[in-house]
Amino acid sequence: MAELARDTLREMQLRMLRIRAFDERASKMVKRGHIPGTVHTSIGQEAQVVGATMALGSGDYMSGNHRSHGHPIGKGSPLGPLMAELVGKATGVCKGKGGSLHLADFAVGSLGESGIVGSSIPIANGAALSSKVLNNGKVALAFFGDGAANQGVLYESMNMAGVWELPMIFLCENNQYALSTPAHTVTSGIISERAAGFGMPGIRVEEGQDVLAVYDAVSAAVARARAGDGPTLVEVMTYRYNEHSEGLRLGTDYRNADEREAWLKKDPIMLFRHYLASQGFSDDELDGLQATALAEVDAAVAFSDASPYPDLSVAFDDLYSDKESAA
Amino acid sequence: MTVMSYLGAIGAAQREAMDADERVIIIGEDVEANVYGTTGGGKSRSDKGDFLQRYGRNRIRNTPISEEGIVGAAAGAAMTGLRPIVDLSYSSFLYMAMDQFVNQVAKNRYMFGGQASMPVVFRSAMFYGLNTGAHHSDRPYPMFMNVPGLKIIAPATPADAKGLLRSAVDSDDPILSFEACLLWSTKEDVDENEFWIPLGVARTARVGTDVTVVAISSSVPEAVAAAEELAKEGVSVEVIDPRTLVPLDRGAILRSVAKTGRLVVAEPAHRTCGAAAEISALVAEEIFDSLKAPIIRVTAPDMQIPFSPSLEKQMYPTKATIAAAIRRVVDLPALQPVAAAV
Ligand SMILES: Cc1ncc(C[n+]2csc(CCOP(=O)(O)OP(=O)(O)O)c2C)c(N)n1
Ligand SMILES: [Mg+2]
Repeated sequence: MAELARDTLREMQLRMLRIRAFDERASKMVKRGHIPGTVHTSIGQEAQVVGATMALGSGDYMSGNHRSHGHPIGKGSPLGPLMAELVGKATGVCKGKGGSLHLADFAVGSLGESGIVGSSIPIANGAALSSKVLNNGKVALAFFGDGAANQGVLYESMNMAGVWELPMIFLCENNQYALSTPAHTVTSGIISERAAGFGMPGIRVEEGQDVLAVYDAVSAAVARARAGDGPTLVEVMTYRYNEHSEGLRLGTDYRNADEREAWLKKDPIMLFRHYLASQGFSDDELDGLQATALAEVDAAVAFSDASPYPDLSVAFDDLYSDKESAA
Repeated sequence: MTVMSYLGAIGAAQREAMDADERVIIIGEDVEANVYGTTGGGKSRSDKGDFLQRYGRNRIRNTPISEEGIVGAAAGAAMTGLRPIVDLSYSSFLYMAMDQFVNQVAKNRYMFGGQASMPVVFRSAMFYGLNTGAHHSDRPYPMFMNVPGLKIIAPATPADAKGLLRSAVDSDDPILSFEACLLWSTKEDVDENEFWIPLGVARTARVGTDVTVVAISSSVPEAVAAAEELAKEGVSVEVIDPRTLVPLDRGAILRSVAKTGRLVVAEPAHRTCGAAAEISALVAEEIFDSLKAPIIRVTAPDMQIPFSPSLEKQMYPTKATIAAAIRRVVDLPALQPVAAAV
């Protein structure tokens, strides 16, 4: 395991706490009708998100899916415009045009989250192609779930990335369910082992609740990509605590309660807190990180609350690069 | 001026664009070997015009047969600094990549609040009229006209093919270019220097005063031929080629119909929800009072394209079916029974 600077360790915990606090607040806001529509939370999956995003450099690219808030937060996006986007405000990161399913923050290399399962995988592949053609040293990563792992476009993309030796990481967030469907009932074989068919390494991180385990695995893939050695498939085993999406009431018929309890005992934030304490972080310092994350979320909500909704006059903006083409 | 074929003009535009901007790349199936004739200068690989020799494998990329992956990767590349030209060969293959066209290519600029630029051109050839059967003969541009966020060109002449493609490559929006194989060998004098034809500007292919024919793609030369025939009978026909279907040059169409008072719309696509339907609705909504006769559409019928030449030939607008429609709107007696395709 790489020796990491204390600042990096602290930042990992802070980003995980940010995601937890942001998504817990978003969940409440959906239930109160403060956020229109629904959201998909990353609660329980913070180690997998932060381990992967922090293994990337700030100039590197990523694309994501519907479980989408954690990715930009993990990549370092400020929370205010993200929260404003969920509420539909003009100051949202996508000016209120995207919403929860379509967060994107190009300033941190976040090329966008996709509501269509699997659809954004080739987008990251194309970013990796850009890096290769322009020779600019950037790498790209596509986040997708175990459900998306059964979309054909993944395999078209893996094949292209392999044959072109693109600086690309395919990151499967295996939380073991696609909505109500247990992965093993619809997935033949092991996802990470599919990499072999494309001549690329496939790695399964069994301890996906351990942020350092994820960080190490993805860092190795990033180093490989940056060295010009091509793509890697990384499958991370994890678990979502909440329902597939907030407000959905599927009950526990499809996921038994014992299973959830067992995963709660491996909570990524709790695990990492213990680790940090063992590394000499004080309780005060660790509590302080938690307080910081909560304060940032409060500030993000305040920013959103103080922001206007978009005016109808901007509804057609950004349909095309020019205004005239919009009918 | 140099005599260029339609296909040669596309090749010339691609070469100019590749020379002008290092960020332009060409990706697609079989582009290295110049199978479709727009990535080479001559007949053999060793010719100095060959794109692979000129630009190398970094910028001329053969792809696997993976249309969804190709279109998505081109979108991602466009969002991160490249300006890809994607050669999708046959228009019928666009369906394989429908999700990427509709959900990523068309939506990303808007959905992400203007953060994404999408400078990418998707070229494909409509292989209709060549007895290739139902899977290769589609003219699917109207489906894509129904997807806001895409821009669509359908050049009908070599000069338009060259000038429109240059503008398409320079545009920061995603452009679908629908080229007609029936026009590939059409030749005319084309400026060998660089020139750009702006998107959204129609071309008046023939000036007239009695009837406006708005014609698309390979229907343009058929409409011009019909106009020449009707001229002999004293009917003056104006032929408008929109060239760009999105954005459509509404002004040019409306001005022409306001002048002539009669409209025939001819296109090789299916009848229902086609470009002709859209243009007809536009005219009916905006300048109904100027119309002296009902609008007539001359299109392909709503059916599959049959293989046998004796059947396929009847499916698309021809000089005869367009002329028959013109005769109807000016109240001339029909010369022969109007073909089923009208
Ligand atoms: C193409 C497509 N099919 C179905 C859906 C509906 N849907 C949304 S999320 C989801 C489950 C996705 O599971 P997974 O990829 O494992 O991601 P997770 O939700 O577990 O993070 C489904 C079926 C969709 N949005 N897009
Ligand atoms: Mg899942």
